[in-house]
Amino acid sequence: MTKLAQWLCGLALLGSAWAALALAPPGLQPPAPLRQALLPLPVYLLVAFGCYSLATVGYRLATFNDCEEAAAELQEHIKAARADLRRRGLNI
Amino acid sequence: MAARGPPRLSVLLPTYNERDNLPLVVWLLARTLGDSGIDFEIIIIDDGSPDGTQEVAQQLEKIYGSDKILLRPRAKKLGLGTAYIHGMKYATGNFIVIMDADLSHHPKFIPEFIRKQKEGNFDIVSGTRYKGNGGVYGWDLKRKLISRGANFLTQVLLRPGASDLTGSFRLYRKEVLEKLMEKCVSKGYVFQMEMIVRARQLGFTVGEVPISFVDRVYGESKLGGNEIVSFLKGLLTLFATT
Repeated sequence: MTKLAQWLCGLALLGSAWAALALAPPGLQPPAPLRQALLPLPVYLLVAFGCYSLATVGYRLATFNDCEEAAAELQEHIKAARADLRRRGLNI
Repeated sequence: MAARGPPRLSVLLPTYNERDNLPLVVWLLARTLGDSGIDFEIIIIDDGSPDGTQEVAQQLEKIYGSDKILLRPRAKKLGLGTAYIHGMKYATGNFIVIMDADLSHHPKFIPEFIRKQKEGNFDIVSGTRYKGNGGVYGWDLKRKLISRGANFLTQVLLRPGASDLTGSFRLYRKEVLEKLMEKCVSKGYVFQMEMIVRARQLGFTVGEVPISFVDRVYGESKLGGNEIVSFLKGLLTLFATT
């Protein structure tokens, strides 16, 4: 099953469960407080996911390592490499 | 798959206009792998570089020997995927390392890749910039944001089980890479992503090693709108087809 198919299945399942409970005919409705929470639930979840995304990307951005020592070490290695290669006959 | 004898490494180096960096990369590879006692060969696949890369490669072949440096050039710029396929035809190692030839990837991580591979008997070891003490040098905030944002989107949509999907510093078992190259069709960043996604589909295991990516080129080649659009297109294609 492709990821798209998985998403569609998941959304269909959750969507139908939500619809069944939220849009049920008067005889089968769940109690009022539950219904009040249920109706806006999809929007809440979307907003919650949006916040989670921002927080996660923000955190990862802030903790993205800057490899200063790696850059400095590379410069050293480049110097050593050039010197050694010249010694071995490379025209640099 | 059972672990085999001592690793023999084939390093595939596709090059285009890397006349300055190629000798440095080869020197670092020879030094690092030699010091670690790892049996290796370096396959240089140059796509007809106009800047003299091939002349430099020939000099390197004289210095290090034609058993260590294999020149397998092509007539013109034909793309990374086909460069790997071309190079693999001549590879005699049981492991293949793919990496950039512009010094953004440091060969010092290759012994760590090998260690990791042994540790978990992995089919693929992927260098990651996003975990542990992996990281990047030379990127501004905007570039980092794009990178993290794109990676987040990829994780949500593809749940790939690897933290750095667009990285191109990896170790593959030779037969695994051959199998994957048959199946992968995308280009550019998406190609690297597709390799990992298909690998997981086929039941191959992926280990990770934090690496540092030293970008000395970023100043000249900024990440443009075009690349972002094609990345998104490729991501959605993978989402819909894998």
